Amino acid sequence: MTRRLEGKVAFITGAARGQGRSHAVRLAEEGADIIAVDLCGDLAEVPYPLGTAGDLAETVSQVETLGRRIVARQADVRDQPSLDAAVAEGVARLGRLDIVCANAGVNKPAPMLEMTEPTWLDIVDVDLSGVWRTCKAAIPYLLAGGSGGAIVLTSSAAGLKGYANIAHYTAAKHGVVGLMKTLAQELAPHRIRVNTVNPTQVDTPMIMNESMYKLFCPALDAPNREDFAPVSQAMNALPIPWVDARDVSNAVLFLASDEGRYITGVALPVDAGVLIK
Amino acid sequence: MTGRVEGKVAFITGAARGQGRSHAVRLAQEGADIIAVDHCGDIDTTNYPMATEADLAETVRLVEALDRRIVASHADVRDVGSLKTAVDAGVAELGRLDIVSANAGILSNGQSHELSEDTWGQMIDINLSGVWRTAKVAIPHLIAGGRGGSIVLTSSVAGLRSYNGVSHYVSAKHGVVGLMKTLAQELAQYSIRVNTVNPTQVDTAMIQNESMYRLFSPDIAEPTREDFGRASGATILLPIEWAESIDVSNAVLFLASDEARYITGVALPVDGGALLL
Ligand SMILES: NC(=O)c1ccc[n+]([C@@H]2O[C@H](COP(=O)([O-])OP(=O)(O)OC[C@H]3O[C@@H](n4cnc5c(N)ncnc54)[C@H](O)[C@@H]3O)[C@@H](O)[C@H]2O)c1
Ligand SMILES: NC(=O)c1ccc[n+]([C@@H]2O[C@H](COP(=O)([O-])OP(=O)(O)OC[C@H]3O[C@@H](n4cnc5c(N)ncnc54)[C@H](O)[C@@H]3O)[C@@H](O)[C@H]2O)c1
Repeated sequence: MTRRLEGKVAFITGAARGQGRSHAVRLAEEGADIIAVDLCGDLAEVPYPLGTAGDLAETVSQVETLGRRIVARQADVRDQPSLDAAVAEGVARLGRLDIVCANAGVNKPAPMLEMTEPTWLDIVDVDLSGVWRTCKAAIPYLLAGGSGGAIVLTSSAAGLKGYANIAHYTAAKHGVVGLMKTLAQELAPHRIRVNTVNPTQVDTPMIMNESMYKLFCPALDAPNREDFAPVSQAMNALPIPWVDARDVSNAVLFLASDEGRYITGVALPVDAGVLIK
Repeated sequence: MTGRVEGKVAFITGAARGQGRSHAVRLAQEGADIIAVDHCGDIDTTNYPMATEADLAETVRLVEALDRRIVASHADVRDVGSLKTAVDAGVAELGRLDIVSANAGILSNGQSHELSEDTWGQMIDINLSGVWRTAKVAIPHLIAGGRGGSIVLTSSVAGLRSYNGVSHYVSAKHGVVGLMKTLAQELAQYSIRVNTVNPTQVDTAMIQNESMYRLFSPDIAEPTREDFGRASGATILLPIEWAESIDVSNAVLFLASDEARYITGVALPVDGGALLL
């Protein structure tokens, strides 16, 4: 049986850990080679540590263990030249580009009135403008390849409904859905498809940290993962507290593969029913 | 490599031909056994013939050629008794039920104020109430199995936007999206997921007929498949004339499989971006 992405190349941002690493591994399992980038450093406005160079090296090792090639580089989605350089080098080494996962993202909960301007600007810069820059870096290679392509932007359930205390994140993730629809229109003549995935809570360091536990369990002094679980589960319709990164990767794989060849302009929730609860 | 729905059993309505047959074959390729039903008789408010006995026999042959089991019988989605008999017998023989594809449907057309009571009534009875009846007879088996399950209702792009001249179809297909959301809420506690697929035009007998050709090309005296292709393609963003049944089947397979284990309450367009036009 041939694999579902045999011979394709995927560019993934935020690939050092969490969902980005999971996407790299899942796509590689199905035959894709990977161009992986990550900031590999912390952001002043973000109250939890981000991926590290060591994390990115672990992604490389997991992809190589599957017998696939990977070009991994440090790049910041706030910095267009760093993305351009990474994609250029990746395509030069791997020969083509077919799939883009604009996955890098950050969050910092704060009630609207306590949200500072630097916080707002940073979150929007990474979560919305960073997605646009990722596409801008990659689209010329998809066009040059002449064989279509699939772009999957990581939005969120917060891209389709409101959540208190993350106005910047909700605005940015809604913006990603809008960007996806316009890109789908612009790129359809070239058979390049553009969709979003919209996850509910995912079991990654973005939410498994103290600032999130406090946001979800304001009544507790030092809430932990176990305190967070029932509160998180109460938001989902299915009886689970959160989804795994691999569940989002399976949706990305479906959208990226030829099985999704006529799916474009779609926001696909992977949300345990959060939107219909 | 094991199939993506290995060892599961799927109940499919309207399985004699078109998308229903394609779903049966695709799910069987990935390891499922099939309970297939079709009315195998014409509907007097449509301008094209429904499937035949021989069509259903061909579906049986195709599934058996894949070394999967199939229990096929006559049932009319307007008659809950016939559906219950079919699904009960299928589960008795195949031992379980995991997946439901409520796919049977018809198409007719006319301006809203010119539709007869009968044309309106048949449409709602088959395309909406028939989906509810299909779910009603299947859900007790899914709950009894205690392993969760996946229900995929076939709606349409017409379930998410309107089209001139098919208000009964648009109403029924919108209704299917509403039904899906309520079912997703009711069944989440059993880990039973409910989603719709929402295809654009699909290359089946439902649309490849003179009456549809005329509807899409009112200015052409004797419109052909080629004329229809142009008119149909103009309603789709990607440079295609229509989708194929296999594209819808691949979406059904994804939603039915464990790769989508946390996707519920979602309307998934397979529409080449038609909703963005
Ligand atoms: N975890 C959740 O609950 C959840 C829910 C919905 C959506 N999302 C989204 O999923 C995506 C992935 O997040 P995750 O859950 O894997 O979290 P994560 O924090 O584990 O991973 C995010 C990765 O992005 C990298 N990154 C951050 N800023 C960057 C920048 N400026 N340039 C390059 N890389 C940068 C980080 O170093 C990290 O490796 C994000 O877009 C996030 O908003 C997450
Ligand atoms: N073809 C399209 O362009 C298109 C687009 C969007 C949605 N759909 C939907 O897809 C589904 C499948 O349609 P298709 O394209 O395969 O068309 P089709 O006409 O080839 O198949 C429909 C099947 O349903 C059966 N059926 C009709 N009435 C029935 C009844 N009362 N009880 C049991 N079976 C009955 C028919 O005999 C036939 O085998 C329908 O729900 C349709 O509305 C079709």
